[in-house]
Amino acid sequence: MASHYRITIKAGGSEKDYWKDLWRNKQLLWILSKRDISVRYKQTLLGIAWSVIRPLMTMLIMAVVFSLIAKLPPDPGIPYPLMILGGLTIWTFFSNSFSQISNSIVLNSNLVSKVYFPRLLMPLSAVSVGFIDFLISLVLFIGLGLYYQYPPSINIVFLPFFILLTFLCSLGFGLFFAVINVRFRDIGQLIPFIVQIGMYLCPIAYSTRLVLLEKPAYYKYYIMNPAVGIIDGFKWCLLGDNAYFDPASLYSTLIVSVLALLLSVMYFRKKENTFVDYI
Amino acid sequence: MHVISAENISKKYIIDHQGTKKSSSLRDAFSNTFEQFFSSKNGQAHSKEKEEFWALKDVSFNISQGDRIGIVGHNGAGKSTLLKILSRITDPTTGQVSIDGRVASLLEVGTGFHPELTGRENIFLNGAILGMDKGEIRKSFDAIVDFAGVEKFLDTPVKRYSSGMYVRLGFAIAAHLEPEIMIIDEVLAVGDAEFQKKCLGKMRDVSESGRTLLFVSHNLTAIQALCNKSFYFEKGRLVDQGETSHIVTTYLSRVSQKKLERQWDSPESAPGNEEIKVKSLKLIPEYIDNLYHIDVRTPMAVQFEFWNMVEDANLNLSLHLYSYTGECIFNVGTQSKPFARGIISGVLEIPGHFLNDGSYMISIMVVRDTSTVIYNMEEALTFDIEDYRENVTWYGKWPGYIRPKLNFTMSQTEFVVND
Repeated sequence: MASHYRITIKAGGSEKDYWKDLWRNKQLLWILSKRDISVRYKQTLLGIAWSVIRPLMTMLIMAVVFSLIAKLPPDPGIPYPLMILGGLTIWTFFSNSFSQISNSIVLNSNLVSKVYFPRLLMPLSAVSVGFIDFLISLVLFIGLGLYYQYPPSINIVFLPFFILLTFLCSLGFGLFFAVINVRFRDIGQLIPFIVQIGMYLCPIAYSTRLVLLEKPAYYKYYIMNPAVGIIDGFKWCLLGDNAYFDPASLYSTLIVSVLALLLSVMYFRKKENTFVDYI
Repeated sequence: MHVISAENISKKYIIDHQGTKKSSSLRDAFSNTFEQFFSSKNGQAHSKEKEEFWALKDVSFNISQGDRIGIVGHNGAGKSTLLKILSRITDPTTGQVSIDGRVASLLEVGTGFHPELTGRENIFLNGAILGMDKGEIRKSFDAIVDFAGVEKFLDTPVKRYSSGMYVRLGFAIAAHLEPEIMIIDEVLAVGDAEFQKKCLGKMRDVSESGRTLLFVSHNLTAIQALCNKSFYFEKGRLVDQGETSHIVTTYLSRVSQKKLERQWDSPESAPGNEEIKVKSLKLIPEYIDNLYHIDVRTPMAVQFEFWNMVEDANLNLSLHLYSYTGECIFNVGTQSKPFARGIISGVLEIPGHFLNDGSYMISIMVVRDTSTVIYNMEEALTFDIEDYRENVTWYGKWPGYIRPKLNFTMSQTEFVVND
């Protein structure tokens, strides 16, 4: 029975059973996620209502600025607020996951320095809070769609694929930043900035179609942004073929996500046993 | 059968001597790289600022199943680094350890407790962090609550707990782990007497059930009560191992071999200035029971000699005693007197049963005309005082900087008469 748990500790970490170890600790993953979710709105007055208020207010302000004032055209037949909320829902999921993952190691530094478990559990569990927010926002979106008589299209069967892709993409970038963040806390300053810039570089307040029509020369660069494929794809799943979606934009999403994920997992594995020395 | 075998493990840390420039922000890392790039010729100067520090050096040992190992050594001897390596929190720089069996390590009580969560939620959280699965936690849930004595506060967030309750709950969870190997770092330093007794009892149960225990403590009494074998670490090396009683004796005698004397042969080589030069500093303990170590009972004398280079100087001495953390425990001075040129000596007697166990520093000042400090020797001497107790079954850290033996009595002043 004892040999079941035989381990060897040496420089560079114990490679062999890493993934098995991770699987063995799935309960801990679940419990850490539950912890993050249950402490989220402790000692707040409005509690979970914040998860409803935030996307709705952002959507309203964007709709006023970009539709009423700037008079940008939506995709044909799609109400502007609905288009915004679609983009916002998936973008918020991405950006929340990305920033939570990036901060996960530093936020759990008390655990890192006192107890062992596969360190990858921390970034993985960090996604939970953003995912709950995402689900709430998704329900809001479907509700708003019904109000505009825009029920989800049949394309919704592809939704899980896009959610998974968003998760992998945020993990790919987030893990990398999580490791650097241990050593250089500049990352904590950088991330909100990246998220803010990203919001304007992505088709949230406007449609990708607009880029194609107004600035066709830049279009092929525009869709190299891996988030474009995810956001347009997500809107396409829910709003149907009226929503602009160029499948070509998925190439960059897939290539960048997979590559980032592979590299950052390797980087993370290489550095995870030294976290405690720098944290 | 060996459950733990370590072969030549070492752990190196790099200490940055760049003062405020710790390159803990990206900008510094960039600019340092930049500087180094352009000053490749005198790159030597840069590398000197980084110093290697071996927290552990070539440590090898074997631990058999059922052993209860006490680990002793001074602060910075490498005990905690060893536990961190064995708990897989950090990697050794070289060498390797094989461990056979499930390890639970308790380097801190209540690791990962979330202040906002209730006691109940934290039992599951902490249990999972320490490696228990849900079934195990559920099985021992009642026992944990009972052991910690927090039934009434199970649904209160732990941020509202008293520190005692917090610690009790933390230890109770750890005590109900059922690992083959248990690693414990200095946790008895907290909690009240009754709880400590429970903890020691629990730890004894652990070892009697054939499980292996590694226990770090500054408290030699607890180690002697609990461990059959001990390791003695000094400056990152495992200098001795064997029966606990043997190791404790070695450890205590080594402690007093520490330099309690400093002297200089001539005024030219001695520290000081034009007015005075230090000749010698001595801490002279009056050992008790032929035991060559200083414990709380030992009276000591501090002797200070210096060359006075100025005729007709009106001098006095002032001595500060500091705790290891830098708080001043007392300051005493001599009367001011006129002295001729020559060697002047001062002696301060510190009685036994006065200072508590711990590490202390002495600094000495020479003062002219009762007001001008002409020489100040900071950290002139440092020494440790070991713990000693009689007829006490409580193993916690005795609180306070001093532990005076005062006249404190009790007597029965009235009897209840049964009618």
